[in-house]
Amino acid sequence: MTAQGIWIFAEQSNGIQDKSTYELLGKALELKEQLNEEITAVLLGYGIQGLTEQLIQHGADKVIVVDDPALAQYTPLPYAKVLEELSIKYQPSIFLFAATSFGRDLAPRTMAKLGTGLTADCLDLEINEDGILEQIKPSFGGNIMCKIIIPEARPQMVTVRPNIFPVLEPNINRRGEVIIEEIAVEADFNYEIIEELPLVEEELTLESADFLVAIGRGIGKEQNLGMAKDLADAASAKLAVTRPLVDVGWFNAADQIGASGKTVKPKVILNLGISGAVHYTVGMQSTNLIISVNNNQDNALFKMSDYAAVADIKTFIPELTKQLKQRTSKVEEKELVLV
Amino acid sequence: MKIVVCIKQVPDTVDVKINPKTNNIDRNGIKSVINPFDMNAIEEAIRLKETYGGEVSVVTMGPPQGRKALKKALAMGCDHGYLISDGALGGADTLATGYTLAKAIEKIGEVDLIFCGRQAVDADTGQTGPIVAEFLDIRQVTFASEIEMDGAHAIVTRLLEKGTQKVKVKLPVMITTTKELNEPRFATAMSIMQSAKKEITVWNSQNIECDPNRIGLKGSPSQVQSIFPPKHKTGNTVYLEGSNEEMAQQIIQVLEEQKVI
Repeated sequence: MTAQGIWIFAEQSNGIQDKSTYELLGKALELKEQLNEEITAVLLGYGIQGLTEQLIQHGADKVIVVDDPALAQYTPLPYAKVLEELSIKYQPSIFLFAATSFGRDLAPRTMAKLGTGLTADCLDLEINEDGILEQIKPSFGGNIMCKIIIPEARPQMVTVRPNIFPVLEPNINRRGEVIIEEIAVEADFNYEIIEELPLVEEELTLESADFLVAIGRGIGKEQNLGMAKDLADAASAKLAVTRPLVDVGWFNAADQIGASGKTVKPKVILNLGISGAVHYTVGMQSTNLIISVNNNQDNALFKMSDYAAVADIKTFIPELTKQLKQRTSKVEEKELVLV
Repeated sequence: MKIVVCIKQVPDTVDVKINPKTNNIDRNGIKSVINPFDMNAIEEAIRLKETYGGEVSVVTMGPPQGRKALKKALAMGCDHGYLISDGALGGADTLATGYTLAKAIEKIGEVDLIFCGRQAVDADTGQTGPIVAEFLDIRQVTFASEIEMDGAHAIVTRLLEKGTQKVKVKLPVMITTTKELNEPRFATAMSIMQSAKKEITVWNSQNIECDPNRIGLKGSPSQVQSIFPPKHKTGNTVYLEGSNEEMAQQIIQVLEEQKVI
């Protein structure tokens, strides 16, 4: 049997589909146009059949469901075992996972069982003229890009970095087939999850904010952080930073954009005092609109920006904050008049 | 307790460029160091040995220069070094690397704990640990930020995107380490002297009974087709002009158009 079909692993926890699953489906639809093969979402868990409809609306032609109490929580061995059996039975050609901690734990284990290749943390995927999947991944913290192929072994396995591909609008008229697979699987009683603590999450995160104000080394001293925070507040934006500001201990890793931090895709990012080393830009280059302010014109970030301004950020930030505040009070006045 | 740490030598900077003439990574003047996450793996192994007794072996696969990384690990406090070196291992992808390391660990024998760094900073895959675990048919716990021992079990805190998770897992287990796990120690003059006597065993692929079809380029399903510098959109930048006040006005106008303020 020749391997055929595009599979995506539909990651869910506690019955909530991870957003990255829909990103994968969107990319799979693009690959399908070139390859003309069906898209199958593979959904493992317990009591999760309610998630199938959304998977179909986002692009799956088929959903294979394995619904079993042993899969209620993610544990590596039972999940990898089920994926191995399904892959042997159906022989997919491509198998995509999100490069979340879940996907990064599960995909290599499954890949070793299947004896195939797995490319980690891809930023782009394409089909070449031989119908083979070209996988673009960063190395050396984003300083080098690699194009990798898996010429013969199947499935061609990939983890894809979350927040790179957009989530497409669901099509409520799409129809697909749900296949319930009964696979004998036992829970791993020697891998017991004894505690889970969610991160105390602020309402606005780097990933959810429409508008990010990002500061870098150019901010200079710790005393200048206050003006950056004021600006972010005045703009109702979320403040983000480059790695050096985390390394000196002024911010947490959760606030950091870049190869060793988060990948973000807001509507607008305002970069202040950031020169644009590759390990930063790799984390924000998919932003819709990029504005950068720096004290010299000769920096990499200006070249990839939509708008750039040469200014000393220590005087520019207070000016911008002042104007934003004036604007807000004007808007409020107008509303008062309307009332 | 018998512990094995898998380490990799990597360039000491990720700021590398492609040499346009050779189309290869320019390694001129770049030193090699132990992958930073592997340093946390070594540190944790030594701490556990200090608390619970036992021995720590450190393994690396690669060219003879790997000996330098092993010496450093021995100076930090590991007991045995193993260099898996053989021309036939060249060009290995993560599957072939994981297979080879698993064969070496099998030969070391009866291991309770295996540590790997969460990922290497050069290739950034993070796959080798789970692949080794699969080939040894043992459990895995990735992204460890805290480890306690509890008899025949390890209690491992995992650092995930959305929080932390505590897992109780039965030994033997392969654990991948994050930088939050510990602060790696420095080797002291004394420990370097003491480690001079420790021996490094060199094994080739036959010594560890590798199937020649499963190692090196031959055993690697994936191929790097090309490498290239990252591309960014360029050339459309609008440069704002005027005083700070005027430029700030223009930025506000853009933000209004984008409806983010």
